[in-house]
Amino acid sequence: MLSDKDRIFTNLYGFEDCSLAGAHKRGHWDGTAELMARGRNWIIDQVKASGLRGRGGAGFPTGLKWSFMPRKSDGRPHYLVVNADESEPGTCKDREIMRHEPHTLVEGSLLAGFAMGAEVGYIYIRGEFIRERQLLQKAIDEAYDAGLLGDNAASSGWRFDLYLHHGAGAYICGEETALLESLEGKKGMPRMKPPFPAAIGLWGCPTTVNNVESIAVVPTILRRGAEWFAGLGSKNNTGTKIFAISGHVNSPCVVEEEMAIPLRELIDRHCGGVRGGWSNLKAVIPGGASVPLLPRHICDNALMEFTWLSDNGSGLGTAAVIVMDESTDVIKAIWRLSKFYKHESCGQCTPCREGTGWMMRVMDRLVRGEADVAEIDMLHDVSKQVEGHTICALGDAAAWPIQGLIRHFRHEMEERIASCNRQANRMAA
Amino acid sequence: MQRKFHSEQPESFEFSDGNLAWARKQLEKYPDGRQAAAIIPLLWRAQKQEGWLTRPAVEYVADMLGLAHIRAYEVASFYFMFQLRPVGSKAHIQICGTTCCMICGAEDLIDLCRRKISPKPHQVSPCGRFSWEEVECLGACANAPMVQIGSDYYEDLSPDDLSNIVDEFGRGRFPAPGSRRGRYSSEPEGGPTSLAVDNQKRPALAPAVALAMRTTNGGGES
Repeated sequence: MLSDKDRIFTNLYGFEDCSLAGAHKRGHWDGTAELMARGRNWIIDQVKASGLRGRGGAGFPTGLKWSFMPRKSDGRPHYLVVNADESEPGTCKDREIMRHEPHTLVEGSLLAGFAMGAEVGYIYIRGEFIRERQLLQKAIDEAYDAGLLGDNAASSGWRFDLYLHHGAGAYICGEETALLESLEGKKGMPRMKPPFPAAIGLWGCPTTVNNVESIAVVPTILRRGAEWFAGLGSKNNTGTKIFAISGHVNSPCVVEEEMAIPLRELIDRHCGGVRGGWSNLKAVIPGGASVPLLPRHICDNALMEFTWLSDNGSGLGTAAVIVMDESTDVIKAIWRLSKFYKHESCGQCTPCREGTGWMMRVMDRLVRGEADVAEIDMLHDVSKQVEGHTICALGDAAAWPIQGLIRHFRHEMEERIASCNRQANRMAA
Repeated sequence: MQRKFHSEQPESFEFSDGNLAWARKQLEKYPDGRQAAAIIPLLWRAQKQEGWLTRPAVEYVADMLGLAHIRAYEVASFYFMFQLRPVGSKAHIQICGTTCCMICGAEDLIDLCRRKISPKPHQVSPCGRFSWEEVECLGACANAPMVQIGSDYYEDLSPDDLSNIVDEFGRGRFPAPGSRRGRYSSEPEGGPTSLAVDNQKRPALAPAVALAMRTTNGGGES
């Protein structure tokens, strides 16, 4: 188990003072100017050496992403944009950072902004997080009042302004280019890539979009050293990670743990085990709604890291673990995700706009068993036609849970259809 | 889901003096010529002022930002938090219905609202005080099932808990947000498995709850 001294978020639950004074006491904003004095390259190299991979779902190496920003400005400003549009079903980790550890994010924004030559940063928070927004704004105001933001931020000689901006309820705005569109005051419809935001982003300027947790861990990585972070977890899956465990465990929670922790250990140690015991487990969605679910026999040995989960047909995603026990109607659970994606499709690409609705309607009948067995294959086929044929990954995200369901629970879908047919025959007789 | 303006609309809309000053301040966040960026926060503020988002309000905001009205209509109809028709005067209950909440009992909360408030979502109760809708994941999955009312999250709910919360709003009171199972925030029920602190030392209320209780009746929008 991760020891408390190796935790980055030591006030994750808000038990202690969340203000700047409290943050100072926990070691934040300590020697920020000295870190910056070592230069942009040093910061980027440290983040690269730490092995930090983006915490928003895709797991792209953060330091490498920063290095895509132009070395010198061609006259256009550079922007840092923090993606705080946390909406992936199952995911509730960034919320805890913003309401209880806001200064890790504010300090991280300054360091990341400096490393990429940005004098302005925007944090885009989902509209529903109103209290989180107010608490984070308070931290930003405190930082300005203490000279940690603005001209000569934290006495570093660098100017950095940080603004908080909010959305109004649209999952798609968590996609980085949709977020930029929304931040510009438009409908959140994803842009074609390339060009990537590092070349043409916010208002046509070089921009890097990072998840809240990716930014908030940076100050501690720089202070404690890349080797410390890289020494936690496993190869290519370094560091600590905030996990959110929901569903049928005895005590759901959000907790920071070491990357690559076995799934079973995570659930037993922090969540009081699966409701009714491990043998009562039916399936787990290990990384938020977009990744395929895993049945119990795969969960037995699962490691909560990018590599193991992708090797075993799923993904770490946002590390949002949704646990379902034997009482769960797993077909209905996935149908509800299909309904979610249908609701949240922005409608720009035809395969996604039409496909998500089509898949939801077939799933709806499959929940009741009012379908033909051949329709399971047809559903799989349609999901393959949506996957990879859209501008953004929402189409893929809508397809994967259904593909996972068919892969692991096809027998249950067929049984449901058979039992529905038996009932219909009885009624007819 | 609401994509159309309500059939009955007020004559006009204007920001209150306080909101107008606030709105002008918002524009300073964005570079010159990029003030359109402020449209979502401004529409949201207009909705807070009126209780729902009226067509005159959308046009007022568009005019303020120098945008064609259609650009603002597009935004108002794209984002789900904009209520394009009136909601209950005391409380509009937004029940998270996505998978994590669903498998933890959100359907029972929805049934309760059907019985207690109105048979259909977005339909104001006969007394005019309440309305409800099912919304997609609100990002508090470790505290499922939960609802949002106004600015606040009510978490770890049973149908009885929600019934009591609705009654409290009906009496003109502001029930404390947060967990209904005695949790401080998102730590495991029964006590944290990490970061243990002396319970005597921690503030009585978690920061978000304390903030809600400090501001008048859960308001205090910023």
